[in-house]
Amino acid sequence: MSTDERRLATKVRKVREFLIERTIFVSGITSIVIVALIFIFLLKEGLSIFLTESVFDFLGGQFWYPISDPAVFGILPLIAGSVLVTVGAAILSVPIGIASALYIAEIAPPRTKEVLKAGIELLAAIPSVIIGFIGMVTLGPLIKDLFDIPTGLTALTGSLTLAFMAMPTIVSIAEDAITAVPRQYREAAIAMGATKWQTTWKIVAVAARPGMVAAVMLGMGRVIGETMAVMMVTGNAALIPHSFLQPVRTLTATIAAEMGETVQGGDHYAALFAIGIVLFIITFLINAVTDLYLHRSVRK
Amino acid sequence: MNVRTEQKLAFSVLFLCTVLVVLPVLVILGIIVVKGGSALNWGFLTAMPRAGMTAGGIMPAILGTLYLVMGAVLFAVPLGVLSAIYLVEYSREGRISRLIKLAIVNLAGVPSVVYGLFGLGVFVVFLGMGASILSGSLTLGIMILPVIITASREALESVPRSFRVVSLSLGASRWQTIRYAVLPHAIPGILTGTILGLGRAAGETAPILFTVAAFYLPKLPQSMFDQTMALPYHLYVISTQVPGVPENIRFGTALVLLLLVLTLNLAAILLRYRFRKRKRW
Amino acid sequence: MVAPTTTCISAKDLTLHFGTTCALRSLSLDIRKNEIFTIIGPANSGKSSFLQALNRLNDLQVGYREEGTIELDGVNIRSIDIEQLRARVGIVFALPFPLPMSIYDNITYGPRMHGLRNRARLDDIVERSLSESFLWDEVKDRLHAPAMNLSGGQQQRLCIARILAVEPEVILFDEPTSGLDPISTARVEETMRILRSRYTIVLVTNNVAQAARVGDRTAFFLMGELIELDGTSVIFTTPSDRRTDDYVTGKFG
Repeated sequence: MSTDERRLATKVRKVREFLIERTIFVSGITSIVIVALIFIFLLKEGLSIFLTESVFDFLGGQFWYPISDPAVFGILPLIAGSVLVTVGAAILSVPIGIASALYIAEIAPPRTKEVLKAGIELLAAIPSVIIGFIGMVTLGPLIKDLFDIPTGLTALTGSLTLAFMAMPTIVSIAEDAITAVPRQYREAAIAMGATKWQTTWKIVAVAARPGMVAAVMLGMGRVIGETMAVMMVTGNAALIPHSFLQPVRTLTATIAAEMGETVQGGDHYAALFAIGIVLFIITFLINAVTDLYLHRSVRK
Repeated sequence: MNVRTEQKLAFSVLFLCTVLVVLPVLVILGIIVVKGGSALNWGFLTAMPRAGMTAGGIMPAILGTLYLVMGAVLFAVPLGVLSAIYLVEYSREGRISRLIKLAIVNLAGVPSVVYGLFGLGVFVVFLGMGASILSGSLTLGIMILPVIITASREALESVPRSFRVVSLSLGASRWQTIRYAVLPHAIPGILTGTILGLGRAAGETAPILFTVAAFYLPKLPQSMFDQTMALPYHLYVISTQVPGVPENIRFGTALVLLLLVLTLNLAAILLRYRFRKRKRW
Repeated sequence: MVAPTTTCISAKDLTLHFGTTCALRSLSLDIRKNEIFTIIGPANSGKSSFLQALNRLNDLQVGYREEGTIELDGVNIRSIDIEQLRARVGIVFALPFPLPMSIYDNITYGPRMHGLRNRARLDDIVERSLSESFLWDEVKDRLHAPAMNLSGGQQQRLCIARILAVEPEVILFDEPTSGLDPISTARVEETMRILRSRYTIVLVTNNVAQAARVGDRTAFFLMGELIELDGTSVIFTTPSDRRTDDYVTGKFG
């Protein structure tokens, strides 16, 4: 190949590659841009609610009457609904999820392990509207009959459904953390005469604790953000609940259920976007803190 | 208690917990298959709904979901793959790459309904696309972006460093190295991520609520600026908003959606499994 | 025809750092055209780092810094387009790294990247390069078989052919026979001796005997410094530095 040919081909190629590499760089920072855009647009559409409702009244107000006259936008009942359902889900899913992660990572034979992991992955894939639907037609009536209450669509139903939906996140991340514990830890414990169970519980589970904490936090992040299933099974009453057997309404369900009826640019519309801001900040904090925490413990 | 029995007891408890996690999957699958199987026939899949959605088929919802999913992938895959290429091949470990990774983690954690709000604010209102297939696809596309980026990153990182060094040492440019020595070997992994993204986009309801989904449309969408019905929203509608929909239509709709999503996910799992087994370096 | 004493590569006051470790300290030496220049020395002597500085492969390492200059035919390599430089200064690594594609595609990879698309010319290049590395007869019937299926020795000669296909001026060998059996090693050495008439060869080796067999001149590196540089026979029979003598006679290393 002559040097002239080489030079020309190179020149054409360099221009093209310069353009490609610019495109790659722009694509590279899309994620940052999108996170920023989400926040900006939530603020843009939602901030106007604070002209009529102070931040304190919005977050601390006990009444959510978006279509009364005058309308009242207090999201405390919604926060309470979300918190109650999330706490319920955590109580159920954390111990079971961690236990099952220990089983899959440490005890299950290799074949079973592969099948179980695939099963967990499929569980994560089931659309939330399907889980909501099944919860509504099976779990709802069951709880209604069991506790002899007027409706089966309650905070408890929501917690059970969400506990189930948090499992894939908790199990798979905790399982990764457990598997990542160096083999020498286990060998040292076994060599000192510990049983497999003692090793699993006193050595491996302790060493994997940071990963387990992260798993739980991310699982809860998923629960707080879950929308369709929770909307379908919790009964949607925007009142501050006093027990698990009452209907509740969560932050997410409120947005999904009410946005369709709002006037674009109106107070109600803005209030729903403001709920979006609250949700965005909560999940952002959960994810950022977990990520930093994980990175710190990895470096250690 | 003796250590042997203690161990036996503990293992049984752990096993029971695992059963508790996995069993409901089977129960859900079982219920839906048993109760929805009878509705599943060619007519159900290809007919328009009739009588206020209490009879007939779900064809427009299936078609709508296919449109949305295709649109989402067309948007998210190029962007996600390029973004992963930037992270793996170009960025040096530093503040920007750290920030991008944090942004991806956060995108993966943003509630789906917040994506819905974002799509409404940006595409429907600000860019004036209205409630349309375009708005819905873009919203879903942004939602699955973290899935695509993460899978592509793993795929690129699994390509041995030596391929890059050899290619560069022969005088290939950085982009040529990526294009000819790295990317071809990352394709199976990227494909796996794409299929997972497809499955995720097909099943989501909240992001399409305010950006595209129609309660009921008498005819099919004509362009990407039209609204459309979609499977997950249709299931929500006929199970909570419309009274008197026969049980087998509701379960049948759930079954179709479930089959679609699970088939995609199973395909991704199998593809990944085969790819890992075949890999020779 | 170029006179045998013309300088091809000239390093001046070269110092290499990787992060906080200094791999090479103020090295100056000249490599002549069409000679086999061998570099010997124990591990961590800086010989491989020096080699990979010649075609700027060190630049891929995070934390790499370089002081001093390297000239190729009197031009600072930093002012040569990096892809041109790497095409002119090819390298054969310690392990053969065939790309996971066919033999044919491995050989034509370089030329194709430099813009050559003509099938007939690519065919010619494949035959010529494989013949020059003595692999043609063994693989001419299966050019489209995966290169990964070749034996270790064949793979290494494939890597040499792959370099020859880009028509470089200099070929760097970075311990090219460390993974090979004696017969394959002899073949590679024979190849080097023949290539010498048309290329400048820089050989880094752990194998002192190999340097003695093929080298025209030999440099001895120790802990990032050039201890001695002379004709190969001088280095191996009457070295002026005590440490060189100890190393080539196997007292340490």
